[in-house]
Amino acid sequence: MAMNPMEQFAIKPLIAEPVLHIAGHPIYFTNQALLMIIVALASSLFLTLAVKPNRLVPTRGQSMAELSYEFVATMIHSATGEDGLKFFPFVFTLFIFVLCSNFFGMVPGSFTVTSQIAVTLALACLVIGMVIVVGFMKHGIGFLKLFVPHAPWYLLILLIPIEVISFLTRPISLSVRLFANMLAGHTMLAVFAGFVVSLGTAGGVYMGIAVAPLLLIVAIMLLELLVAFLQAYVFAILTCIYLNEALHLHDHH
Amino acid sequence: MEVAAAKMIGAGIACIALVGAGIGIGNVFGSYLSGALRNPGAAQGQFANLLIGFALCEATGLIGFVVAMIILFVF
Repeated sequence: MAMNPMEQFAIKPLIAEPVLHIAGHPIYFTNQALLMIIVALASSLFLTLAVKPNRLVPTRGQSMAELSYEFVATMIHSATGEDGLKFFPFVFTLFIFVLCSNFFGMVPGSFTVTSQIAVTLALACLVIGMVIVVGFMKHGIGFLKLFVPHAPWYLLILLIPIEVISFLTRPISLSVRLFANMLAGHTMLAVFAGFVVSLGTAGGVYMGIAVAPLLLIVAIMLLELLVAFLQAYVFAILTCIYLNEALHLHDHH
Repeated sequence: MEVAAAKMIGAGIACIALVGAGIGIGNVFGSYLSGALRNPGAAQGQFANLLIGFALCEATGLIGFVVAMIILFVF
């Protein structure tokens, strides 16, 4: 094997010395930390600077910022109704962070923040923790009615454990979906890139065949751009759906 | 040596998850198309649900991928 396709996900410290120690554990400044800072700074700078001139006829940058604002606002409104708009800053930040990390990861040679399960699990736990806090603040102990669907009592014996288990697996499914999509896509790109290298160095007629995986990489790259957007969208809309359940329990808004 | 061979076989078997994901994704898009052709007016409103269904289906196949990666690299 020419190169390991999983090598691109390795986390390397950029500064050899640990930056600080927390409870005896050394904390390093890694390529992941750098990319996360770049993503956070770039997205917040772009969104603030793009709407700063506040023109009546928007420029391209301003309309990009306004479109993403409207996109997320419509999404929250359709999924959670009027009182879900309180959570706009939370959902918008999540959406933009995941979207920008996915797109920054598509740049060749950079690092995909969301391909690390530590990052996506932290985001998913934040979402589920938020849902639990909001649910208990709004309904008190009545939030536990979420686990009791409308059904005859003999079915409830079966349904309540299923509802509890499905609630508890949400952080796992939410995080694994995003992380596995990014990991699988980038691994696939690396594997096909390995084909190009090994065919290209084989010489002779193989050099001509090497064009085929190269074209395939271009096609997969387009698919990955779609997936990068789609996964950010799915992450945000599932957050909205979970928040909707916490706000309205079983009745529809 | 047997453990290394068994790892490879196990990782290969984990790819069977793709069967379910393939059926699921085909079902999602096929049902959407048949519904959209019957009632094109309502199709646009269901596009978001289509994408959610696609992502949920795709995730089941990717969980198989994660299992394969765990078998190969963690144990």
